[in-house]
Amino acid sequence: MTRFGKLLNQNRIAHARKRKTGNKVMLSLTGVLTALALVPLVWIIVYVILRGGKSINLDFFTQLPKPLGMAGGGVLHAIEGTLIVTLLAGIFSVPPGVLAAFYAARFPNTPLGMALRFSTDVLSGVPSIVVGLFAYAVLVKPMGHYSALAGGAALAVLMLPTIIRTTEEMLKLVPHTLREGSLALGASEWKTSLSVLFPAALNGIFTGFLLALARAAGETAPLLFTTLGNERYDLKAIISGGVQSHQGFFQILDRIVNQPVDSLPLTLWKYAQQPYPERIEQAWAVALVLMLLVLIVNITARVWIQVRTRRMEG
Amino acid sequence: MWKHWQAVSGGIVNKKIKPALKPNRILRLHRIFRHGDRPWQGLIMVVSIFIIVLMAAIGWMLWRESSGARFTFGWNFLAPTTNASWDPVNDHFQAWPFIYGTLLTSLFAIIIALPISLGIAIFLVELCPAWLRTPLTWMVELLAAIPSVVYGLWGIFIFLPVVVTPIGSFLAETLGNFPVIGALFAGPMSASGASRLAASLILAIMIIPTIAAVTRDVFLAIPNSQREASLALGSTRWETIWKVLIPYGLSGILGAVILGLGRALGETMAVTMVIGNSIEGSLSLLRPGYSMASVIANEFAEAVSKLHNQALVEVGLALFVMTLLLNILARFLVWRVASRTPQEVRA
Repeated sequence: MTRFGKLLNQNRIAHARKRKTGNKVMLSLTGVLTALALVPLVWIIVYVILRGGKSINLDFFTQLPKPLGMAGGGVLHAIEGTLIVTLLAGIFSVPPGVLAAFYAARFPNTPLGMALRFSTDVLSGVPSIVVGLFAYAVLVKPMGHYSALAGGAALAVLMLPTIIRTTEEMLKLVPHTLREGSLALGASEWKTSLSVLFPAALNGIFTGFLLALARAAGETAPLLFTTLGNERYDLKAIISGGVQSHQGFFQILDRIVNQPVDSLPLTLWKYAQQPYPERIEQAWAVALVLMLLVLIVNITARVWIQVRTRRMEG
Repeated sequence: MWKHWQAVSGGIVNKKIKPALKPNRILRLHRIFRHGDRPWQGLIMVVSIFIIVLMAAIGWMLWRESSGARFTFGWNFLAPTTNASWDPVNDHFQAWPFIYGTLLTSLFAIIIALPISLGIAIFLVELCPAWLRTPLTWMVELLAAIPSVVYGLWGIFIFLPVVVTPIGSFLAETLGNFPVIGALFAGPMSASGASRLAASLILAIMIIPTIAAVTRDVFLAIPNSQREASLALGSTRWETIWKVLIPYGLSGILGAVILGLGRALGETMAVTMVIGNSIEGSLSLLRPGYSMASVIANEFAEAVSKLHNQALVEVGLALFVMTLLLNILARFLVWRVASRTPQEVRA
């Protein structure tokens, strides 16, 4: 081999080595970046559990807050508020969401179907604080007072896009043969929709609902000026007081949903800004409860769909 | 015809009871409502129209509720100025400091989040062993599930002192002296750590799951033939990723970035808790700032004057329009890459 040829060969080897090293470096870098992204997740979860766990006791779940500056007390009002507001949000969002999804799955290429899909996309991108402004303008202002109802409606608007999209996807996954079989047996379209398609897609729909609910339960921004907050909210007192004064069911219900309530994220936000150390510690405990609630619902939903799809395949 | 009606009505109608309507009219109604299909289709149609109306109503309500502020301040409200005033006492409002804060923190968050999200997507699709794929995907998605206020609380008490302040001081000493970008990194770093930089970093953590998930879908949608062709020509795996896959999915990745930007713009609670909430003249990332969503969250419930209220709604309107446009753009880009992909899809 000539001298020049040898040089060329060495050059090639060096080049190949460089490429190989670059390959290894960059590929491991992607792994490192993935690990880096998970650092905050682990850090937050572990830290919140450790610090919040210190101030959690039975009182925390069963007592109303003590006056400012005093130790003890709990966040029962916020737990009740969160349950009521998310329940209302579920009631307001599931029926219209599922029905709209039936339309989107049945008539995807009509003008109305495309407009519906577009609206769903837009709704899913609307910032939650803007939804809060909207609910304030539409509900709080005309009604003249803040209420759990307005908060539930605001959260429902945030849940709608998720519910519509997952339901639509799940309805589309149902095999055509099922639908055609039902129609061929003489079942009408609504009967096919409700008693064949809907049960077949139910697992997915339920998962979508849980995911949307988990997201809504953690939202603060839309509640800031719809439910406002109410440290003296006491479900037990409202119900027992109502029963004692012989109020009807709807009167009691009205008192429950038609006044300002607190919720866990809202309480957390308020407590975190206060200069009292007891309140800060309680904020960490609220963070723990809220985080566990959201994560458990979230993981349940995912495990549920995994198990169910595996069973259907197997 | 009458016999037919008797048959379908299950014998409820018999000859003795004369129906109020003439039989043929009942039959016509019956044909229309035969299987309940018309009411069913009507119902789902009405609900769909309701959803569309709801979307339009959000925009319209914001437009209507901000009329006074729009009328009083015109475009000056949104115009970039160095000495903007936000003065509830004298009822004079200009939103530029908030718009600047929102845009700067969101863009900086994207700059941080994009490489990390790309790394995650590449790792998950191209490298990760199969058993690790599902748990890792879940964990990345759980980042998006943690409520915003929890990020904020953790941000105030842990992230600011432990991470942001050292990084900020370091940036102020190094990049702060550069001629052009120095203005962005001008010190001194704010003492508590509450700054636009803190907001950007928290936002980056919060939008990584969004960008990573969409980018991962884009990579999954790239046909295997592209990979095989590149590898057969002697490329290394990284060269395949960098020179073939990323250019192929570029518009989808761009869509993911815009989607992430949309989320960053609207993020409220975590940003409000760490950005410092102050309108000062400095343009620096290392100083406290304010964002559009934060000012609404902080002031709306206490806004006394009507003009103040309307000015805040107008800030919300601007935010709505920004996210609307970004969303449309992002959907378009993702849709384009999806529609271009041929039938063969990587399993």
